[in-house]
Amino acid sequence: MIQEPHATLRDSDPDVGLFTVLREDGSADPATDPKIPTPRLVLAYRHMRRLRQLDARMILLQRQGRVGFYGACTGQEAVPIATGLVARPDDWVFPALREQSVMLVRGFPLRQFVAQVFGNSGDVLKGRQMPSHPSGKQVHQVSWSSCIGPQIPQAVGAAWAMKQAKNEAVAFGFSGDGATSQPDFHAAMTFAAAFKAPVVIVCQNNHWSISVPTARQTASRTIAVKGRAYGIPSVRVDGNDLLAMHAVLERAADRARRGEGPTFVEALTYRIGAHSTSDDPTRYRTDAEVESWKKKDPVDRLARHLRKIGAIDDASEKQLDDELGAEIAEVIKAVEELPPPPRLSLFDDVYAEPTWNLREQRELLAAIPPAPSH
Amino acid sequence: MNLVQAINDALKLEMKRDPRVVVLGEDVGRVGGVFRVTQGLWDEFGDDRVVDTPLSEGGILGTAIGMALYGLVPVPEIQFADFIFPGYDQIVSELAKMRWRSGGEYSAKMVVRTPVGGGIRGGLYHSQSPESLFIHVAGLKVVCPANPYDAKGLLLASLRDPDPVLFFEPKRIYRASRGDVPEGDYTVELGKAKIVREAEAAPGKPAVTILAWGAMLYEAVAAAEKALELGVECEIVDLRTLWPVDVETIAASVEKTGRVIVVHEAPKTCGFGAELVALINERCFLSLEAPPVRVAGFDTPFPYTLEMDYLPLAHRILPAIVETARY
Ligand SMILES: Cc1ncc(C[n+]2csc(CCOP(=O)(O)OP(=O)(O)O)c2C)c(N)n1
Repeated sequence: MIQEPHATLRDSDPDVGLFTVLREDGSADPATDPKIPTPRLVLAYRHMRRLRQLDARMILLQRQGRVGFYGACTGQEAVPIATGLVARPDDWVFPALREQSVMLVRGFPLRQFVAQVFGNSGDVLKGRQMPSHPSGKQVHQVSWSSCIGPQIPQAVGAAWAMKQAKNEAVAFGFSGDGATSQPDFHAAMTFAAAFKAPVVIVCQNNHWSISVPTARQTASRTIAVKGRAYGIPSVRVDGNDLLAMHAVLERAADRARRGEGPTFVEALTYRIGAHSTSDDPTRYRTDAEVESWKKKDPVDRLARHLRKIGAIDDASEKQLDDELGAEIAEVIKAVEELPPPPRLSLFDDVYAEPTWNLREQRELLAAIPPAPSH
Repeated sequence: MNLVQAINDALKLEMKRDPRVVVLGEDVGRVGGVFRVTQGLWDEFGDDRVVDTPLSEGGILGTAIGMALYGLVPVPEIQFADFIFPGYDQIVSELAKMRWRSGGEYSAKMVVRTPVGGGIRGGLYHSQSPESLFIHVAGLKVVCPANPYDAKGLLLASLRDPDPVLFFEPKRIYRASRGDVPEGDYTVELGKAKIVREAEAAPGKPAVTILAWGAMLYEAVAAAEKALELGVECEIVDLRTLWPVDVETIAASVEKTGRVIVVHEAPKTCGFGAELVALINERCFLSLEAPPVRVAGFDTPFPYTLEMDYLPLAHRILPAIVETARY
């Protein structure tokens, strides 16, 4: 059942509904088409293609031993890219593993993003976190920790503070389907509703939590329907449909800005690649399942639409590919050469000012030779 | 066999022997755990005894307590010790106190297995060593094997011990630590340390006791080799069981050498080394020739890129040995 976003946002049927815009032939369903201006769609497409290429390159670097780890979002690009486009500069973003790239859409430099993956001195986070955990205050994005769940109530708290500031800002909080089993999800939904916080809580249901299928997380028919019990308008949306994602997120954000409170969004999607570079998905799922989802690839679907409306063609595709490839290669080259963070930076930022024990330990480290490498 | 295989072997053996044993956790079933420690168990024992759970540590530990109260012997796996904290309340407030608060009527016998420690490029949340946070809680036993033989024997002993056991598996040596493991049943008694290297102090020839466990044991051994070249002998005690710690073996060694170093990955402040040094001061004060020394992780979160600088590796233990010996 396809629904108009207004209707779905009013919680008409999160149990079985699936809000979709793009049809199989690449056309937009006139009943649901949010009529996003073409240049914006082309921009979204560029970001999605860039992200796809970036993920592929980073996985390659990991295989070559040049970076330690990577968590890609291949097959799930529509959600972070739509979020990046919908979010305004003073909105805040609390991602999980698959939404780091929101910050790239909002102007965070690719160089620093890649430096976080290398964890070297070009990294804003001083090489402290694992790859795929970037954050950037300049774009109001807070990194997830690695722990599944804690960022969701944090997004609610930021939204609560925004409400008190009366500044029409919105917080976006993300999770996977697995995270909905954590108490933090329950706390976030409870608080968001009770305090009518201007927050958009998005669950990317990519069907797997490492090897555990969503059916093992919940016996609920959908995740979206859970919002109903919390008293939060909820919508289930085709997460591989950039137009649908954009429409739903924009309306959810508008509701929040108008003081109408939280919205819960289940974005139905699929993790095409491994959970991370530490995972081998062939041990728990079939090729047929992956292939069936590849047919619904979000980048391909947007491309089909853009071709249909004449916004891209073979020549522009080739040019885009070359441009993005060159940009990414150049960034990697520049970043990879940077030295590691200074050893003694370890002791900074534990507290605002190092305490006596940290000052002593810093001296101790300064006096001993560098550690052997791995 | 390596450490992973030895733990797997112990689980398989006990699941065959004792139908009450149930393994549960995230990804422990079909794929056999992210470190493959439970590999093959699901195929052999099925969905009722090897359970992939929803993603909730509080759920895993809370339901495990209920199972245990009703008579099962759950073996919950927490995917990384860093992720035990969403379930910490169930351990601290419930599991640890169950026997005491029920006047001894109820207990929740279980073995919580979880990988600990750094050196695998895991950053803040895949590297921590939270043992002291559990040792501090009355009612829990805490074990950390350093080799496959001990891993199997200690796990079997843990599974048969009447009390709840936190079984910390040093993931840095999961595959690197190899050794002969006997087939079939045997146990390594809880609460007994092992002297893995002996030393004698003699006039003009000081010796140093090193207390270590898990992955850092090997760093202590490496540092001791180097110290020997410098003329200092080390006696190394692998604690194996962190709580109840084998205070007699520790005291006997420190009384012999008069010098002691504790090595652990966890941050120095309030780490288990603090308790060990206090015990030594209480029991061996008059035998001490030098102040006890802690070589530990720094009092910072666990770093990603600089992890080898953070860890108390051999290059940091060696100067401490020399200094303690010369004191
Ligand atoms: C508290 C906690 N428990 C376990 C893990 C290990 N872990 C990392 S990702 C993951 C699955 C996450 O699944 P989901 O929330 O669906 O997000 P996805 O990775 O599929 O996007 C698990 C179990 C963790 N990081 N944190």
